[in-house]
Amino acid sequence: MRVELTVNGEPQVADDVWEGESLLYVLRERLGLPGAKNACEQGECGSCTVYLDGTVVCACLVAAGQAEGAEVVTVEGLADGDALDPVQRAFLDAGAVQCGFCTPGLVVAVHDLLARTPDPAEADVREALAGNLCRCTGYEHILAAVRLAAERGGEGRS
Amino acid sequence: MTTDIERVTGTALDRVEGRDKVTGLARYAYEYPADDIAYVVPVPAAIARGTITGIDPGDALAVPGVLTVLSFRNAPPLAGNDPELRIFSSDRVSYRGQMVAAVVADTLEAAAEAARLVHVGYDAEPHDVLLRPDHPEAYVPEKVNPSFPAVSEQGDVEAALGDAAVTVDTTYTTPAYHNNAMEPHATLAVWSGDRLTAYDSNQGSSTARDMLAAAFGLEPGQVRVVSPHVGGGFGSKGTPRPQIVLAALAARAVGRPAKVALTRQHMFAVTGYRTPSIQRVRLGADASGRMTALAHEVEEQTSTLKEFAEQTAVPSRMMYAAPNRLTTHRVVALDVATPSWMRAPGECPGMYALESAMDELAVACGLDPIELRVRNEPEEDPESGLPWSSRNVVACLREGAAWFGWAGRDPAPGVRRDGRWLVGTGVAASTYPARRRPSEATARATADGRFTVRIAAADIGTGSRTALTQIAADALGVPPERVDVRIGDSALPTASLAGGSMGTASWGSAVAMACVRLRERLDGAGGEVPEDGIEARYDTADDIKADAAYARHAFGAQFAEVRVDPGTGEIRVPRLLGVFAAGRIINAKTARSQFIGGMTMGLAMALLEESVPDAEFGGFLNHDLAQYHVPANADVANIDARWIEEDDPHLNPMGSKGIGEIGIVGTAAAIGNAVHHATGVRFRDLPIRPDRVLDRAPQIGGRNL
Amino acid sequence: MRPFTFVRAIDADQAVAGYAREPEWAMYLGGGTNLVDLMRLGVAEPGLLIDVTRLPYDRVEEAPGGGLRIGAAVRNSDLAADPAVRRDYPVLAAALLAGASGQLRNQATVGGNLLQRTRCGYFQDVTKPCNKRRSGSGCPAVEGDHRNLAILGHSEHCVATHPSDMAVALTALGATVHVRGRAGERIVPMPGLHRLPGDEPDRDTVLDPGDLITAVELPPLELAARSRYRKVRERASFAFALVSVAAALDAEDGAVRDCRIALGGVAHVPWRAEAAEEELRGGPATDDAFRAAADAELAAARPLRDNGYKVPLARELIVRTLAELRDGTGADASGGTP
Repeated sequence: MRVELTVNGEPQVADDVWEGESLLYVLRERLGLPGAKNACEQGECGSCTVYLDGTVVCACLVAAGQAEGAEVVTVEGLADGDALDPVQRAFLDAGAVQCGFCTPGLVVAVHDLLARTPDPAEADVREALAGNLCRCTGYEHILAAVRLAAERGGEGRS
Repeated sequence: MTTDIERVTGTALDRVEGRDKVTGLARYAYEYPADDIAYVVPVPAAIARGTITGIDPGDALAVPGVLTVLSFRNAPPLAGNDPELRIFSSDRVSYRGQMVAAVVADTLEAAAEAARLVHVGYDAEPHDVLLRPDHPEAYVPEKVNPSFPAVSEQGDVEAALGDAAVTVDTTYTTPAYHNNAMEPHATLAVWSGDRLTAYDSNQGSSTARDMLAAAFGLEPGQVRVVSPHVGGGFGSKGTPRPQIVLAALAARAVGRPAKVALTRQHMFAVTGYRTPSIQRVRLGADASGRMTALAHEVEEQTSTLKEFAEQTAVPSRMMYAAPNRLTTHRVVALDVATPSWMRAPGECPGMYALESAMDELAVACGLDPIELRVRNEPEEDPESGLPWSSRNVVACLREGAAWFGWAGRDPAPGVRRDGRWLVGTGVAASTYPARRRPSEATARATADGRFTVRIAAADIGTGSRTALTQIAADALGVPPERVDVRIGDSALPTASLAGGSMGTASWGSAVAMACVRLRERLDGAGGEVPEDGIEARYDTADDIKADAAYARHAFGAQFAEVRVDPGTGEIRVPRLLGVFAAGRIINAKTARSQFIGGMTMGLAMALLEESVPDAEFGGFLNHDLAQYHVPANADVANIDARWIEEDDPHLNPMGSKGIGEIGIVGTAAAIGNAVHHATGVRFRDLPIRPDRVLDRAPQIGGRNL
Repeated sequence: MRPFTFVRAIDADQAVAGYAREPEWAMYLGGGTNLVDLMRLGVAEPGLLIDVTRLPYDRVEEAPGGGLRIGAAVRNSDLAADPAVRRDYPVLAAALLAGASGQLRNQATVGGNLLQRTRCGYFQDVTKPCNKRRSGSGCPAVEGDHRNLAILGHSEHCVATHPSDMAVALTALGATVHVRGRAGERIVPMPGLHRLPGDEPDRDTVLDPGDLITAVELPPLELAARSRYRKVRERASFAFALVSVAAALDAEDGAVRDCRIALGGVAHVPWRAEAAEEELRGGPATDDAFRAAADAELAAARPLRDNGYKVPLARELIVRTLAELRDGTGADASGGTP
């Protein structure tokens, strides 16, 4: 089947998509956007977190057909050219990145969290990010990145 | 070139590849482009032991897009000395989930669907996948990893235990654990004639190259392994895994590039795990708490394919003074996948048992557990007699006690209550060897004022690329912005694995010395960089052979506060503090995250993680991230890591000890000891889950209801 | 994954008619958080997948007779955030937020949540026997790994538990499920939607093939304003319940006027604790009475070799939750870090 969708503001068409493919597969293998990662393919790790029509979802569990006509934003779509999104900047500054495999999903999840709750309490952050597993950091520096991004507010891109 | 700029080692330089990672541009193995890629999906064995009687690929081959089905029937024989990697070499099945066939297809979906349609017939035999005490097949291996004797004895432990004023005799068990790096093991293999390039997720591209060359009967120069970004390993990508040979095999079979990424479920079968252990610890002490005897006897598992004997009792050979000492290992070859490396093999499970027993001894002696450890501090390495290059475990305990607020702790267990929670604190020591392995590096200056360092090192998330940048910058005397470090490619100068906490020490030694050489050459050239650049190379093999004899170890102390709800069995860890003495810390930011990440994995070892063997069918039951609980964000509360700066001249040019593994050592014991302090009950089987707490709730004093 | 045809339904008639054309192979697809996974695992093998998320069932509105009507396609996160739900049925909002992760709640629909399948490891592994997946193949969990499985209402054929948190709250609240089938519309009460395994564990619910859930209706229930959900799990978040309880209590002058209690993680169905409710109504609102009520409910428990811990855990959660509702204390429904 053909799937037409908008990804990071660009109209995209994927042809010969097999019905069983996921949105994640379409992004990674057909549209050349491997930013969202495949680490469990069961919605259990959050590495594939993307925006789908404005809410964050696990792209591995979205059937390709369900993404027809959708607006998708991936980690590749957050920066504005060379200017990082404030959440990306905070992840760098706080040392919240290690192996980097959970990072794209976490960056999108934190982006969404701070858009909805600009100054979240720590317990709320930990619960809100429960669906994004990280095996490297113990989450401490990720929490620091969330605090940093929240403190900086919507300050400009850098 | 300036020489008076501020040193950058020790500062919190931002991760040099961080920008690529936060923008999603960093490429991992499965993501490399190539023309006309074929997808590979392996077929796992559905029995735990037996013989394949038939493979019917008909239905699989009928799926549109399927190119071939590989199995022992048609796959070319592979060489090499690791039976886990000689896939499709025989009709034998040694464990459930072992690769018995694979489908290669135009699309992943076709390959996956066809893999389910490969009909494999089996002649199943009775299997045994359960490690249990006094297993009749248990034997003493010739050595334990990597090359320690399986048994060590000093003095007369039995007599000393008989004479001791205070004794502890306890048995602890730890389950199997899976590394569960976030990035699944993945490889894209591309053949060009008889030359092979593998984009692969591993902890050492030189090692992976040598293995691939051996497997396919090639010269190392015909193989290139490219791995600039690796999504975690924790030991599971140190020994190459079968997906790399499978991708190469498939690519050659179909004459196209081929790639494979293991599913999370299949990772539980074929990417290694930490052996379960049964550990008896006996301690004897005089009335003042000075130990007279230490016995640590371990039973663990290996496979029928090859022997892997974890060095679990080895830390008991060096941690404390005791004139009479016995350490033993026995292994059982079960119908399981071969256990493998997982973060701090040996020290992690072994120190859990030893440090738990030390806590029990402290209680038995009526001593503060920190004081007990201080009293048993050895002046030299007890078994080898070697001097310590540096040993600051007491400083870690003392400083940690001050930071944590240990003073005035009431030792009475099971008496502190805050609402529904019983509250307790615990401490444990940690240690990990500080070693290094031979590596080579080149450093090159170019006329544009920049420097390029090349070494086939790996950055699996540790921050090694950043640390090597700092080391090179300091050795060259230039700001780090002028240094490019190229790693993760076997075409670069040969390097050791990222493993054993040896990476930065091994690679850093080569990088630092190559940079020193380059400076000498530059100075010799009057500071002028020739038009076509100038380069220096260094191989640390001779230096390491000449290293003086010292006992080199990092040390630490872990402090935990736990809250146990005896009514629900819930356990929370509101505070965890680790204090480490690991030589000079090269990067404050990446090091702290490494320590905390290790501690978090230790927390999970204590409370969450367990790979449950399936006695009836073989393999592991809870083989996904829904059922195997790695810690989620909310499982971690206030967790902190600090360190004591050491000036140890006997290590390497940086004065650093490894930091990747010590963070997990001792954490589980500190938490278990705190659970005892909170509840008055010893839980000697990990993990300490709600069901286990509830099963023993009647023994816990002062329940609410 | 087995090849299938994907269609997106735009109205219920079309969906139901589509299903009727392929009754052996059709399945409805909601948020996909469970079904897509099961398809990938080979557990579910639809030949026709009918996406019902675009049906006009995406609203939460006041029901004609009072109460709340929740469209089957409403996403779990939207339902948890709905002001009327938070005000009038806090147990439902809490149960929703105790389930899964933010991403999955954004995807999962109300209808799909109700119909999710057990997470029993044998059910999800097609290389092993399972009566729920393949009738008559056996239940390895009875003698095997059942630490997290049922203590109530199980059979020798199946000891699986229903995984939903939301359904436990709906069961306590006495929700009704609106279903459209070939024979038209009907209403299924909760409890009553899910069924015990008996000798047909492959049937999770009383629904017939092709039945489409269109809405869930909450009755007007004053005592639901004082209600809460408490869940104990192995991780601090993002894990299925070992045991959970949804409860509402109306107590005055030390006496129980009315109450609702349901348990999760203990049975093949979200378990309405009717015996406990019966024991409590009209009696004193004391800890002793709560204990007696819990014991009355759990007298029927038949724990397996390795899940006996669930009995004292369920008892404790019932007693505590009722006491907290009575006292207006312990707002920490998550059981999180103190």
